[in-house]
This record gives sequence, structure tokens and C-alpha cells, in this order.
Amino acid sequence: MRKMRIKAIKFGLLSPKEIRKMSAVKVITADTYGEDGFPIEMGLVNQQLGVIDPGLRCKTCGGRMGECPGHFGHIELAAPVIHVGYAKLIHRILSATCRKCGRVLLSEEEKRGYLAEIERRREKQVDVDEVVKHIFKEAAKNEVCTYCGEYFSIDAEGLDEELDNKSSVGSELRDRMEERGFSISKDAIMKREIDQKRLFCWSRVPGADSKRLIEFLVQEFELPWVKNARISRKDDKTLVLSSGKHSLEFSLSPKRDRANLILQDGISYEFPVKKEGTELSVYSFRWVIVDTDKIYILRRSIDKLNVYCGERQKQIKYEKPTTYKEIDADGKVRRLMPTDVRERLERIPDEDVKLFGMDPESARPEWMVLTVLPVPPVTARPSITLESGQRSEDDLTHKLVDIIRINQRFMENRDAGAPQLIIEDLWELLQYHVSTYFDNEIPGIPPARHRSGRPLKTMAQRLKGKEGRFRGSLSGKRVNFSARTVISPDPDIEIDEVGVPEEIAKELTVTVNVTERNIQQMKETVRRGKNHPGANYVRRADGRKVKVTELNRETLAEELDIGWKVERHLVDGDIVLFNRQPSLHRLSIMAHYVRVMPGKTFRLNPAVCPPYNADYDGDEMNLHVLQTEEARAEAKILMEVQRNIISPRFGRPIVGGIHDYITGLFMLTRGEKRFNKEEALDILRNIDIEGLGEPAGIMDDGTPYWTGKQIFSVILPPGINLQFRNKVCEKCEERGIRCAREECPREAYVVIRDGRLISGVIDEVGVGSFKGAIIDRIFRTLGEESAKEFIKNASRLAINYILQAGFSFGISDEDIPKDAKEQIRDEIIQEAEKKVDKLIRAYEAGELEALPGRTLEETLELLIMQELGRARDEAGEIAGRYLGIENPGVLMAKSGARGSLLNLTQMAACVGQQLVRGERIRRGYQGRTLPHFQPGDHSADARGFVRSSFKDGLSPAEYFFHAIGGREALVDTAVRTSQSGYFQRRLINALQDLEVKYDGTVRETRDSIVQFKYGEDGIDPAKSVGGKSVDIDGILEEEIGTSA
Amino acid sequence: MKKGKVSILAHELVPPHEVMTEGEVEELLNRYRIKKEQLPKIKTTDPVIKEIKAKEGDVVRITRKSRTAGKFLSYRLVTK
Repeated sequence: MRKMRIKAIKFGLLSPKEIRKMSAVKVITADTYGEDGFPIEMGLVNQQLGVIDPGLRCKTCGGRMGECPGHFGHIELAAPVIHVGYAKLIHRILSATCRKCGRVLLSEEEKRGYLAEIERRREKQVDVDEVVKHIFKEAAKNEVCTYCGEYFSIDAEGLDEELDNKSSVGSELRDRMEERGFSISKDAIMKREIDQKRLFCWSRVPGADSKRLIEFLVQEFELPWVKNARISRKDDKTLVLSSGKHSLEFSLSPKRDRANLILQDGISYEFPVKKEGTELSVYSFRWVIVDTDKIYILRRSIDKLNVYCGERQKQIKYEKPTTYKEIDADGKVRRLMPTDVRERLERIPDEDVKLFGMDPESARPEWMVLTVLPVPPVTARPSITLESGQRSEDDLTHKLVDIIRINQRFMENRDAGAPQLIIEDLWELLQYHVSTYFDNEIPGIPPARHRSGRPLKTMAQRLKGKEGRFRGSLSGKRVNFSARTVISPDPDIEIDEVGVPEEIAKELTVTVNVTERNIQQMKETVRRGKNHPGANYVRRADGRKVKVTELNRETLAEELDIGWKVERHLVDGDIVLFNRQPSLHRLSIMAHYVRVMPGKTFRLNPAVCPPYNADYDGDEMNLHVLQTEEARAEAKILMEVQRNIISPRFGRPIVGGIHDYITGLFMLTRGEKRFNKEEALDILRNIDIEGLGEPAGIMDDGTPYWTGKQIFSVILPPGINLQFRNKVCEKCEERGIRCAREECPREAYVVIRDGRLISGVIDEVGVGSFKGAIIDRIFRTLGEESAKEFIKNASRLAINYILQAGFSFGISDEDIPKDAKEQIRDEIIQEAEKKVDKLIRAYEAGELEALPGRTLEETLELLIMQELGRARDEAGEIAGRYLGIENPGVLMAKSGARGSLLNLTQMAACVGQQLVRGERIRRGYQGRTLPHFQPGDHSADARGFVRSSFKDGLSPAEYFFHAIGGREALVDTAVRTSQSGYFQRRLINALQDLEVKYDGTVRETRDSIVQFKYGEDGIDPAKSVGGKSVDIDGILEEEIGTSA
Repeated sequence: MKKGKVSILAHELVPPHEVMTEGEVEELLNRYRIKKEQLPKIKTTDPVIKEIKAKEGDVVRITRKSRTAGKFLSYRLVTK
């Protein structure tokens, strides 16, 4: 296949010519089907518009259903109507163009400038909307058209006095205008306004600015002799120009805000002046006479008045949705019918259309007023046959019927010479139908309704919104062979399995080709019909699909032959894709093997929750059944859960123990727990093991015993060597204390030698998800199957032990002794509050010294927060002293199963300072957080310090502060997720076409290189060790038993 | 370079850029089986390109420090 590249996409309007050209048939009858049940010729479901009934052939292209894409028809509208979608644009265009000649109401010069700007922006691919908007605004301001009027001159002699009158037209002027055939009405007003400006350079050197001055004088005052004039300087502010008998003076007023031109005959003219840098802007004047329908512009030259007379524009009012009105100067209103509108739009020349950002080739403005209406093919509006045999037409067809009916009536009435009023009503009705055909949710007009009262779904409704064509049908589609339901845990299935409810398994199918080898089995399957491992359909060798029913299953099974296909139910061992949204990384969709089960939920091994980010509080997941052999092979090789134990995100296991699995193993392997043979085997009961190994010793009563570590060692594959510091490690070496290694009193140094746990306790770092050092090592040395096996065994072992040992956490587990509580309250917190008070006093006395880069206030806040933070930590420490490792809360926190020591501190000792934006709570009333406090009180209590623990309960004020802090945390997470989600989406869209090629380069679709080596080191992070390509420590451990 | 100004090439964050010889370029293009246009681009207006006086059509070799690989070579075609 040839690869093609989209260079550009162009949008335009359909011209009437085009509509007729693409039309297969002119539709004139509103009826659909005749009495014989066949479509009516020239009707709306004409057979020339395409086929929707099986077996029929298209009269236009001869294609059958499915082959023929459908063909457009057209309706000739009896009168033009406004296209609602463009109603607003039409108004803007009408307001910006001359009512007489259709030119845009801007000067040639302005047009050139705007067109150049549009062109420039197009070139740079910048939005032109801004310019176009500006053009519409500027053009609509102009009250007079300068393209279609008349130019003439009248004698100016003796008019000076009248021209000074700035409000009404004097009689002399009126007479002279009359002489030229322009009568001015009594109400006409005259005004003097600034015409244009010219820049002058008023330099000190005579002659330097002469060119511009001369240009100005020649143009404005028609003084040709100035061209040859000599320029001299009379004084600082006056220039003298002279040539032969002519001379003039040009001077600035003392304030330099006016310029004065004195001709030799003593006539002087004055101009306002504005200074711009070193240049001066000089304005000239013009007089404007505004009459009812004409505007006169008068410009003065020495002895003449140059008059321009142009059409006075009227204001155009747009009344939603499709009415335009023209308002006279004296307030008379006239309705513009669509025909008028169309005529005006037709007059706009092509060059001016470009000013609206439109291409006149593909979008002439008059095309926004419809004279012909395209009729979409029947394939786009199929009728459905109801069970009663009655036909039910699509909403669009209904709407088209309405349009044709009114159109017909309009024509009949007009031909019959009906009164104007009736014609206008029908026109309005036609407009209504055409408008609602495009959009049935236009504000201001009632939606067209179906007979049943339901609003019709017309064009715009088909496209718009979540269920519209774009979001609902193109960006997102429904998919076959998929299922969705709630997930729930099942630790007894493998990590790469998924429990599928039988109900779902009976609905989802896999297509199997019947061959010599499976024909017996398939016959049995078909025979079972819809009883679980059965089949829903069979496809005969000729391709005919037959539903397997209670009645025909026996016969079908008999008939079943090689070459047939059977759509059999999902059975144990089928490979499927399992997915949880949001699908943020590739591990959000993995391949699982089916286990059909009773119940209504998908069952998932809790160890695979982390990659999906799933929990069981009502999460739903999707399942997709693979339909081809290639897909199944690809899923097996690339997407199996065990292949994805190591996350490509950080190169460590993402599948692993969570919560109680960690707690269980932690308790089992901690210390030297002794188990007799029976107990040991009980813990290992559903695990496939070869033997317990030698007992660790003999108990006092003479029975041999095994330790917890030994029991854990049983599930470790032989040959595994590993040492690491676990979660309990307190990083002694960082504090300058020598690590006791195997002798660590907290059992923080885990040593595994040849598959035996020598020392240390197993916790999150050993088997947890995201860390899982042991899983990591097994995966790398023995492969994915061993890792999977280990995860399964470790889960079972953990569960067995925790079931036997028992584990619970209750309110009383947060109890600390009375003296501890008193100590926290009386010593730690009171002490801290005293210190805070001291700081405040120091601040108030001005003795506090500011920290570098901080204000005094900031310093105070910082120190107070530090103090209160320390108080909480100390309180936690005291509580911790009484809550030993035997406390289930501490155990969970330390082993990394769930929660943190901070959580425990807050429950047992002190909740601590509540923060808003990293500061103590400040908001509320003026100068205080609540009316309970004095304004300006900076003490711990008044600014959100919660001294109680959750267990003791919070005082009302504390509770309120906690709610403030909690709300912020909530809002933050909500904002963060949406923002990071959108950011990720943009990254994905930008990077989706990049590919790592076989030569290690990263290239885009044109095979251009983006990166010469993927990640610069060519390493697949999924195969890296925590992101590193080589794990030197790991290799050393494996080879010599210790790390460097 | 104007007197008294510091060369940007001396800055730590500016990796060394060198113009490659024709032979080197040919070898590079053969190695990746690409045409010159498929190389990443760098503008003639780029400060470093101006500084080393590379011309349009030249290929520059950029030796970057890399967090993953230590040292990493990249090549860019100088374009307008």
C-alpha cells in the first residue's frame, strides 16, 4: 500500500451548483412509500438515493446493500432561507459591507494592510480570527461607503464663515450644493472632524524636513508651486517657503500644539499637532454633512471644496435566530428578507470576501443563504421495520418531509397569487423547518417534535456531545467479545489467571475451526449447546451462520463437519486481555488465563493489584477475548502477567505481596519461631514442596522443630544468593555506626544463601510490590515462571501463617499508658507551647532575628512550625516506646504492609499542626481563624495546632482546623490527577508514532532519526535493574556470596 | 567574537559541537542507512552553530554527557 501524507484539510461551503451536481435526484414528493409498499419515485426514500433493504439494487450505481454508499439528492427551495449555523456571520458581513455596492466599508489602503496581515499569518500558520474580528469591527463603524458615491468640487469662495459653523448647513453652501444637483434636507447635520494625519520632522536644520512638508502642502492645499519653493527659517518656530511671487509661512504655536499656515494673501489655516518622538503629526480637517440617506464629505483646498457624496449606511439589527432588520437614521425599521440578504451578499466582490478570512473559491458568502437543500442518502437515515411490520422513518427523514411539504405549499400559494401576509408566514415556516433540520436545539425557537412528543434528533444533535458522532462513534467505539464487571480477590488462583463468571463465559465466544483432530470434541461442545462448555453458533463450510438452540443442537452436532467453525464458550485456559482504566501504562492491559467460576465478579489475585492500581472497593475491569491465533500468540509472548513482573517504569518488580501477605511473612520470619512438624506442614499445606529439610533442633519435650525462617526457605528456589537491608534497617552506617549485618538486633540484614534464609526478616523490601528484592532476583536468575511460582507460594505461605497466628488491629491497640499520655501532654506539648509563646513575645518585643532571606514574620512562623513539628515527633516517639513491635499497628508500619509511623503517632499521641499551603492556618476572620480567639493571636491553639490524638478525639476548634487541612489535601489531589492526566495525554499524543527500530535508533514515521540510541544507552528499562543496565552488586553476590 | 565576551563554547552546559568531514558524514549516513534529511536538524541561527561557523548542509557531531550512558554522540544537520 502506498503511504500518503495529508498536506492540508480545507473546509468550505457547498454552493448551489455543487449541490445540484452531486445530486442523483431532485426530490419533490414528501411521501415515502406508496400503497404498494414500494418507494415513490422522486420521494424521500427513493431508490436512487441508495439501498437499505437487502436484495435490492441501487438505481444510481447498481450496487447492492453494503456496496452502494448512498447518493445525495436535492430539494429546490421555493424561496431562499438563512442557514442558521451562519446567521451570526451573515449579520457581521452585512454590517461590514455597503448596502448599495457590497464593498467592505474600509479604504483601499486599509484593505491592503489587512490582507497582507492575513497572508502573513496564514504563512506562519497563526490564527487569522483576530484580524478578521478586527476588520468586522472597524468596517461596521464606517457610516459611509467610499466606493459607490460621486466626487465633485464646488467653489469655496465666501464659504469660510459657514464652514466655521459646525452644526448645521449654511444657506450658501446649501445653494451651491443644489447647483450641482444635490439637495440637502433641513435636518442634515454638519460636523468638522480630523481627517488624516501626516508626520513632520521639525528639525533645526532648514530643508531636512522639506520633502514631507512640501508633500503635505501640495496634496492638501493644491499649491503646485511649493514643489520648487525655497525653504528658509524665519525663527525657531517658523519656516518660510517662497518661489517667485508666491510665498507662505508655516509656524508652530508657542506651545507647539498647533501649526499655522499663512498664505501670502493673509488667509491662514490652523491645524492641531501632536508630538511623537522627534516627529510632529499634523492633522487636517474635513467637514461631514450627514443627511438621511447620504453622507457628504468636504475637504478644503485653497479655493475649492472637494465634495464626496456617498451612500449612508444603515444599521442592521439581527434578531435571533434568523431575522435581519435595517434601521433608518430616523428609526424606521425594514425587514430584510432572505432574498434581500442573498442579493447583498452576492454583490460582495471576491477580493473583499478574502477580508473575512474566507476563500471565495470555496466559500462565497451568498452560499450561506440556501436556495437548494442537499438530501442526504438513505444510508445516512435508514428506516427501520418494526416487529409489527410497520416502517418507522429516521428523524432526518421526518424533518425532510416537513420541509418538502411546506416548500410545496409555498409554491402553490405563490402561484395562486396569495396575499403577501400568507406568503410571509409560509416563508417563516419554511425557515423554521430548515433551521431545525440543521439544529433542533437553537435557543429561542421551539424544538421540532416527533408525534410522540420527543424532540427530533437532527444534524447538529447527531454530531454534538458525548454520544455524538465525534466523541461517541469516532473517538470511542463499543467492542465485541468483551465483558465488564466488578473485581474481587481470590488468592487461590494464579497471578496470571482471571476468574470469569460462568454467565460471562457463556456469552463470550472463541471461534474454533473444526479439524480432523478436534471434531469429536467440537461435536460434544455443540451438543451441549448453551450449557457451559458449549457453543452459541456454528458456521457451516459455506459461511452460513446457525444459532445453536435447544432444538437443533443435537442435529447440528451430528452434521458438524471438518471446515465448519464453532463459536464455543470461553473455557479454562483461554487467553484473554484484562484491563483497568485509566490505562496509564502498558501494564494496565495484561494477558490472563481464564478460570470459569460461579459468582458474578471477575476474580483477581491480589498480587496483581499494583500494576492495575486496582483494589476491591467496587472497581470494575474489562476483559477482551482474543479472536485470532496471531493475537493469542502475541498476547502470550508479550502480555502475560509473569512477563511483566518487572515494570518498565523503574526496572523493579511491580507484582508482589501487599498488606497481609507482607505482614504474614514478616511475622513468620521474625525471630526464631519454633514449629513442630505438624504445624510446619500445616503452614505449608497447599504449597508444592519437596520436603521440610532437617529440623533446626529438638524441643524440650523431645520433638523436632523447624524455625519460621526455615519454613520460608522451603519456598525459595535453591541456588538463590542474596543479601539486602530490609525496611526495618535504621541506616546505621549513615549515622556512622558500623552495620552489624547478620548480627543486626532488628534483623534488618537479610541474607539468603543457596535458597536458605540465613538471617533477617522478610518484609516489603523482600516481597512487596514496587520493591520485592527476592522476586527481582528470582526473576532475573531463574526466569518468569519461577518468579510467578515464588509469588504464588509466598502468598499462600503468608496467608496460611497469618490465618494460623491471627492478626487484628483495634482501637485498644492505640492505647498508651496514662503516664505516657501525661508526659506527652504536660511535658512535650506544654513545653512546645511555652516555647511558641516565647518566640511570639520575642517577636513582639522586636528581639527576634530574621533568618537570611526571610521577613521577621516568616521567621517567626518558620520557627513556630519547627517547634510544633518537633513536639509531634517527640510525642510520637514516646507513644512508640510503649507500642512495641508486637503492636499490630507498628508491625504493619515497620514491615511496610500498610500505614506509617506518622499515622500511628496521629492516632495514639498527637495529630499535630494543620497546614494550608505549607503554612499554619491563617484564613477565617480578620486577624483570627475563629471568633474564639483574640485577633492577632499567633499561639499554637489559635493557628491550627491539634494537640489531641485521633483516639482521644478532637475539640471542636481542632476538628474544624483538621477539616480545613483535610479539604486542601482533597482539592490538591483532585487538581493534580486531572492536570497530570492531561499532561500525560499530551505527551502520549506527541510521542505515539515514535518507534525503536532494530538498529536501536528511535525514529518517527518518516524514518527520520529522533534519537541515535534509545535512552542514549539502548537499554530496555523493563530488562534493567532499577533502571541500571548492569547490576554489579547483584552479580558479585551471586558469584562470591557477598556484595562489595 | 567581540572582545571581552566569554565564548559560549566554554560553558559547562554547552556540549562540544564539531563540524564533521565529508568522509565522516558518509560513514554516518551509511551506518544508519539514511539520507542527510533524516538527521535531526539544528538551525543556522543556533548560537553554537554561529560560534563554530558551521554552514547550511554541514553535519555537526555533538558530544553530550549522558545520565544513562556517560557519553553520548548525536548528529545534527545544519539547516536554515
